[in-house]
Amino acid sequence: MKLKLATMAVAAVMAAAPVMADLVFPALSYRTGPYAANGIPFADGYADYFTLLNERDGGIGGEMTKLMECETGYNTEKGVECYEATKGSNPLVYQPLSTGITYQLIPKMTADDIPMHTMGYGRTSAKNGEVFRNIFNYPANYWDGASGAVNHVLDVEGGDIKGKKITLIYHNSAYGKEPIRTLEELSKKHGFELKVIPVDHPGQEQKSQWLQIRREKPDYVFMWGWGVMNSVAIQEAANIKFPMDHFIGIWWSGSENDVIPAGAGANGYKSLTFHGVGSDYPVYADIQKYVVDAGKAAGAGDQLGTVLYNRGLYAAMLAAEAVKTAQGIHGTAAINAVQMRDGMAALEITAAKMAAAGLPEFGPEFKVSCQNHGGNGFVGVAQWDAAAGKWNSVSDYVQSDQDVIGALVAEDSAAYAAENNITPGCN
Amino acid sequence: MLYREAGDYKTSYAKDNQTFPIKFDRVAYYVLLLVAFCVVPFVINDYWASAVLVPFLIYVIAALGLNILIGYCGQLSLGTGGFMAVGAYSAYKLMTSFPDVSIIIHILIAGVITALVGMLFGLPSLRIKGFYLAVATLASQFFLIWLFNRVPWFYNYSASGTINAPERTVFGVNVTGPNVDAWAQYMICLVFVVGCAWFVRNLTRGTLGRSWMAIRDMDIAAEIIGVNPLKAKLSAFGLSSFFIGIAGALLFTVYLGAVEGGEAFGISKSFLVLFMVIIGGLGSILGSFLGAAFMVLMPVLLKNVLVGNLGWPTDVSAHFEFVIVGALIMAFLIFEPHGLAQLWRLAKEKLRLWPFPH
Repeated sequence: MKLKLATMAVAAVMAAAPVMADLVFPALSYRTGPYAANGIPFADGYADYFTLLNERDGGIGGEMTKLMECETGYNTEKGVECYEATKGSNPLVYQPLSTGITYQLIPKMTADDIPMHTMGYGRTSAKNGEVFRNIFNYPANYWDGASGAVNHVLDVEGGDIKGKKITLIYHNSAYGKEPIRTLEELSKKHGFELKVIPVDHPGQEQKSQWLQIRREKPDYVFMWGWGVMNSVAIQEAANIKFPMDHFIGIWWSGSENDVIPAGAGANGYKSLTFHGVGSDYPVYADIQKYVVDAGKAAGAGDQLGTVLYNRGLYAAMLAAEAVKTAQGIHGTAAINAVQMRDGMAALEITAAKMAAAGLPEFGPEFKVSCQNHGGNGFVGVAQWDAAAGKWNSVSDYVQSDQDVIGALVAEDSAAYAAENNITPGCN
Repeated sequence: MLYREAGDYKTSYAKDNQTFPIKFDRVAYYVLLLVAFCVVPFVINDYWASAVLVPFLIYVIAALGLNILIGYCGQLSLGTGGFMAVGAYSAYKLMTSFPDVSIIIHILIAGVITALVGMLFGLPSLRIKGFYLAVATLASQFFLIWLFNRVPWFYNYSASGTINAPERTVFGVNVTGPNVDAWAQYMICLVFVVGCAWFVRNLTRGTLGRSWMAIRDMDIAAEIIGVNPLKAKLSAFGLSSFFIGIAGALLFTVYLGAVEGGEAFGISKSFLVLFMVIIGGLGSILGSFLGAAFMVLMPVLLKNVLVGNLGWPTDVSAHFEFVIVGALIMAFLIFEPHGLAQLWRLAKEKLRLWPFPH
């Protein structure tokens, strides 16, 4: 039995060996499992952008792209399997879209010298490129998010939030715990009172947490949630008549999936963002023409224009721009993972580049360097309009508090470097 | 013709009681060991180690442990994930507190710590039975995961609450951390598996194993004939947790390298190992191997066939994996409620008679 299984698996792996010489982008997606509702639009957007590049431009720099999708179901063990299955086919960059898998892969990918891009998630201190040579988290990370939320509150309150009460409701996991340190530092700096309330996975039951919030009457509630926890929290907030415009979620708590279930009650809910919302961008005309109408859309093709689809699109766009940068640096179209890393480390996103990609003013301008893998930390705010059923941008991209975050990044990355015997430096 | 007891004369009691009474089995066993130790390490690559063999071997240890408790002693437990977490977090604390001590010793101590915790949570088994015990152990699952998430000391106050295995070596070869070679990863798990399987096999056919089985078959009768239920049940909980702890420690240190308590050792892990034991065969060493193989290798195999060979979309294939594995589980349980090991037992009976079944 075991032998037979093994031989069949060998045959299967052999037969699955992919064709070389394309620009390979593995997509560790999750279209199944507890977070599928969020995984699907991201995966679709990521896939559709590469399909668009192939169909419209003939790939990147004349080299076709190839997407290798592998289903993780948001499960770390499957993520490892996916990584091992795809790493042999010269992948350029991994985007696991899961904090657990990210932590898992950081040391492995550093050892294998393959870059990873964790856009707006993952380990925040990976911003320090001298320690995390292969890990990138531009254009913004969780600590930028935490600071961005505080900045928005400062903005609303006219600059003084001393004595205000802010409560963080978070997913009780590595992901949800990320902003706590930063918020603690910021509360010292700005003098607001911070309370943190954990919600255990999956977060379908939050009555006690919201009872606590109702009792303590915080001025603002921040949320670090994912999956079903988001919609439940928004529903509960609506139930206790919490003012929705004082309820601010991280960008992973700000998709249509999260607000629609609460109906009109979710009106005014705010979410941080580091990219544009809606489908009012020229690239969508091209996607419609080359991808959707050609019947090549990924998945069911019904996610266009949603927040997470846009994020997938943005991730793919940044990857493609990094490939172009790498091609420019190394003078070859068929780049490998090491060259891709150089491209990512030298990436500069300008307004002109975004416009050329059909996404004008979609995200903040930023520049990556060998020391700074995290961009400049510009964070915007979007607000949900329940009647119109869409997100509206209500704040420009504002830079996060780099003094506070810089110190925390240095501290955390130094600890990681010491634990893993890494000598920080730029080669 | 080859598969016969006939002609294989046993001249001592030890020989009469050996694990493989048939020569063919014995030879096959030694050949398998030889291949596992001397051939596989030379041909193994990263994919086979990380995606297939290492998880398989680790789950074998977990299934062996749970099999002691459920299969041999008849105490239903749903706390496996929590006990694996105890193993993983103890290994982490030991590795970071005493970096100079060998990782092998750390893993064994992690097993001992888990055994103590397991015995503590096994205490209710003296008063409650069956489903009620299952619920009590379920509580341990949730309590332990909550504890590891709640008390920062367990994850050395790291901001994210994840634990990361630092690099450790055995005889100068890396066995944990990112720079580990496939063969080293495989070998350390294999050594533990062989050691554990040998230990469990000999435990279960000795006095202790017999007292467990007496408790399992009818506890009142066992008590009347002089089996001490306190000793039998607690030793089953302790030893079972010892192996589960080792499995958890290996899962964290060798296989995953970075672990988040709630995600890696959640309730689904408890059920996974429970299914391995039930599908493999309750009260069977071979069953633990077959069950682990079925639950670990089947999804990987299906994925490679459906996505790799047939080119199906990943989500469709992921859903079909559930359907196929689920249907197979039901089919096995309907046609062979005693598990895969029983199929093998029946096959052996047939082989003995072949080619003259009458």
